[in-house]
Amino acid sequence: MSDISPAEWTAILLSLRVAIIATLVATPFGIALAWLLARRDFWGKSLLDAVVHLPLVLPPVVTGYLLLLTFGRRGLVGGFLADHLGIVFSFRWTGAALACGVMAFPLLVRPMRLSIEAIDRRLEQAAETLGAAPWKVFFTVTLPLALPGVLAGMVLGFAKAIGEFGATITFVSNIPGETQTISSAIYSLIQTPDGDAAAGRLVIVSIVLALGALIAAEWFARRATARLHGN
Amino acid sequence: MLRVDIEKQLGEFSLHASFASEGRAIGLFGASGAGKTSLVNMIAGLLRPDRGTIVIDGETVDDTAAGIHVPAWRRRIGYVFQDARLFPHLNVAQNLDYGRRMNRLPPDASQHKRIVHLLDIGALLDRRPGKLSGGERQRVALGRALLSKPRLLLLDEPLGALDEGRKLEILPYLVRLRDEANVPMVYVSHDAAELRQLATQIVMLKQGRVTSFGGVKVLT
Repeated sequence: MSDISPAEWTAILLSLRVAIIATLVATPFGIALAWLLARRDFWGKSLLDAVVHLPLVLPPVVTGYLLLLTFGRRGLVGGFLADHLGIVFSFRWTGAALACGVMAFPLLVRPMRLSIEAIDRRLEQAAETLGAAPWKVFFTVTLPLALPGVLAGMVLGFAKAIGEFGATITFVSNIPGETQTISSAIYSLIQTPDGDAAAGRLVIVSIVLALGALIAAEWFARRATARLHGN
Repeated sequence: MLRVDIEKQLGEFSLHASFASEGRAIGLFGASGAGKTSLVNMIAGLLRPDRGTIVIDGETVDDTAAGIHVPAWRRRIGYVFQDARLFPHLNVAQNLDYGRRMNRLPPDASQHKRIVHLLDIGALLDRRPGKLSGGERQRVALGRALLSKPRLLLLDEPLGALDEGRKLEILPYLVRLRDEANVPMVYVSHDAAELRQLATQIVMLKQGRVTSFGGVKVLT
């Protein structure tokens, strides 16, 4: 492993950065959406649920293309963000993070939603009778009790984000140092003569990262569950 | 102290209750299904009446005609549920402190000490609810409700989930509470013997209607 080249390191660090940012930005949205789906009934709820899960079943290249149409320089949202806020997604690492965040979102939301659904609402009522306003109930009772699911969703989302390929390469291409993540680096390497050794090293790195994330998710969930039930 | 005049339709069941009491310990008596818990939930603000008024300590907390509904968290009531409902992610000390923190009340060490002593829960402060017996849990729930400094304490069958031995263990604490804590209470039970020991006034509820009201002797 000591002979990982600088170019490979660049791809590894970029992947980590993209996946971490994607997970951190997606988490508050994920929690809000999980709460909405778990606790509220509103018109169009099943449609919203379906839209959230869409990236899971759509061909990634379609998701990437839709992102390009929406968040590209000439896209409806992308043009607005670029002109007014100076935020550019196309062919930048931020675009890779956006693509990974969208692709990881269904996996991130699901455990959060399940853990909120599992909370005994009578505990929230008890908090209310003790003088807690609804937002305080959320932050002092609902969220701490949902913590195992929130952490599991974050780790799962991270693992998905770090391995994302199709939507990312469609949306932001495969530019070394800017948008070339581990996955797209492997893709380039296996199309290059003599790229096998480098590709192999990156394959090992991605297996280690994915496995580590899964073990971490398990560990977080068990720790948090122990914290919640008894001592 | 407490004035209730409400109507509520819950599926097939209709609740229509009206009473006013200055009693320090109002006993709400009735068989299961008589509407006791729904009535208490309405006093707490967890359930909204279809029509009518509820006045606690001079403040109108519900008046459907005037469009008044004070949410539960602003009513300053203490509610002890049959199933304790302690927060599993907090230890006993944090559970006890929860209401004070939510109401932004300053720490009151002497009241804290008095209630911990009254309920004999000093040895439990570091423990998690998961490690408590049913009786201990109910005492902590009582302390938690009292420490939020409520103006009215609602107790919905607080002994209901306990076996006979445990009931006898808790009952003396409730009597002390009534005599020493200086908080008026509404005590819900289907057990006449319990109410004879605790209540000073009885509201008898049958199939959603108040059938009698008065001193403890209405129980016989």
